Amino acid sequence: MKILVMIKQVPDTATQVKIGGDGRAIDAAGITWIVSPYDEFAVEEALRIKEKRGQGEVVAVSLGPERGKEALRSCLAMGADRAVHLKDPAWDTADTLMTSRALAAVIKQEAPGLALFGRQAIDDDMGAVAAQVAELLGWPIASWIMEEAVDADGKTIRVGRQVEGGLEIFDLPLPAVASAQKGLNEPRYPTLKGIMGAKKKEIKEVKAADVGMAAEPPVLSVVKLESLPPRPPGRIIQGEPAEAVKELVRALREDAKAI
Amino acid sequence: MAGAYWCVVEDDRQGAPKKVMAEVLGEAARLAGQAGAQVEAVWVTDKASPEGITQLGEWGAKRVWLLENAAFAPYRAEVWTPVVADLAGKESPQAIFAPVTTRQREFMARLAARLGAGLSADSTAMALDGGTLVATRPIYAGKLLSKMTWAKTPWMATLRPNVFRPGEAQAGASPSVEKPAATIPGETMKLVERRQEASTGLPELTEAEIVVSGGRGLKGPENFVILEELAKVLGAAVGASRAAVDAGWRPHRFQIGQTGRTISPKLYLGFGISGAIQHLAGMRTSKVICAINKDPEAPIFKIADYGIVGDLFEVAPLLTQEFKHLLDK
Repeated sequence: MKILVMIKQVPDTATQVKIGGDGRAIDAAGITWIVSPYDEFAVEEALRIKEKRGQGEVVAVSLGPERGKEALRSCLAMGADRAVHLKDPAWDTADTLMTSRALAAVIKQEAPGLALFGRQAIDDDMGAVAAQVAELLGWPIASWIMEEAVDADGKTIRVGRQVEGGLEIFDLPLPAVASAQKGLNEPRYPTLKGIMGAKKKEIKEVKAADVGMAAEPPVLSVVKLESLPPRPPGRIIQGEPAEAVKELVRALREDAKAI
Repeated sequence: MAGAYWCVVEDDRQGAPKKVMAEVLGEAARLAGQAGAQVEAVWVTDKASPEGITQLGEWGAKRVWLLENAAFAPYRAEVWTPVVADLAGKESPQAIFAPVTTRQREFMARLAARLGAGLSADSTAMALDGGTLVATRPIYAGKLLSKMTWAKTPWMATLRPNVFRPGEAQAGASPSVEKPAATIPGETMKLVERRQEASTGLPELTEAEIVVSGGRGLKGPENFVILEELAKVLGAAVGASRAAVDAGWRPHRFQIGQTGRTISPKLYLGFGISGAIQHLAGMRTSKVICAINKDPEAPIFKIADYGIVGDLFEVAPLLTQEFKHLLDK
């Protein structure tokens, strides 16, 4: 079975982000880039499915600028067989929907049995692409999966999706879309052999025209980015624990009116 | 007349809308009021109670579009989406809002793709500017805010719970109820089973008005009982930092932070949590933040409104007593 895993390159959580010159994007200088953590769960799960079945192909797919190849290379080092890089100036201003259209077009061309995503990318936290791709393909989707099992025939996937208050177990006919929630697995670290081998694996570039797309204005766009309004300075309550606690409770009740 | 502002109902699966709908309807009413438009609820369910419909009216819905059919439970995006999209095609709403819950995040995204609409997920503020909606949403672990706008309607957005102010409840308001004919699409997903978690008797993390949260400073899973005692007194939910979850002390569903849940309670009390960026991402929009930590240099004190530098094993039980004393009055 062929499995496509859609990944996104995002700034490391600990990286400082600064608003760029145009006020609508961040300044890319000095940023450490990583594969979005939820996407790593998706890559790991794809590899496990392939290993369990003893056959198949795992393809990592990403839309983004040239540096996105590093993220794809990390997935190849983990064990993905090849990669597809959607890179075109037409996608520079892509919103979620346009990104979804581009990914759906590639998935359609590749015709996998399963399309895996991370629950959301930790840069813009929109968390919409997996469901949008499912709609554009007309496939079923299970979001936030915590467990899965593909049946022996490769016809059905059984997933446990996380909802408030529990887990719902569903059978989805393949092809299907699923998005990975934390807890699905523990992603492997690339081995030295994996890292060396990744250099020889294919990263195919796909342009907008290759999937029949052209530049178009986004439906949803960023007006501007803003820094957080400063929080009023906090207050450290001094004193012996018993006194400090009394004062904290008083302050929460009378000053902050939080209780 | 301008198109209506729709609010997709999140319910308790027992026929009653969840409390968070008061916030979504309240915000929709505030915006619709400025635009001279009407607020309407869209309720997709297998079972709606009459009390639930009245409740939606009291929270601000002038009309309830009731799509009631056994096929709508369990929730499956592939079944809900075409039905709501058809109705939207006929009614042309100006905006479609829903609260952030696991299923609404998925459903709204799929609906947006079907309608070719823009979706601002997990929004924390909204305003009309020159006749267009502008939504604010936290990005990059909450380190920046992004203001988003739409090139066309419907403006779709999911709203973070506990951030928007509920409207004034209109006691006895009764909305008109429309039951549009719907073609129910065939489903491909089959529910096998539901695994309910054992109820803690405490509120759901993302909905709770007060959250008590513990980190590495708790030293072990057995010590969470100290926080549970406090939570019981406050009617609070208990959360955990990634460090505590990764150590296996709490299940992942209790994790607050970038790879866990995002919360925005009225009061957040953190115990033995240092305040790594990835944790702050999940709780920095809380209204009042309290931190108890031994380390005076812990980053959480930088965003805390109140802090006690001290031993949580001493402070937490004292707090439980003191709150008990206060709330028993």
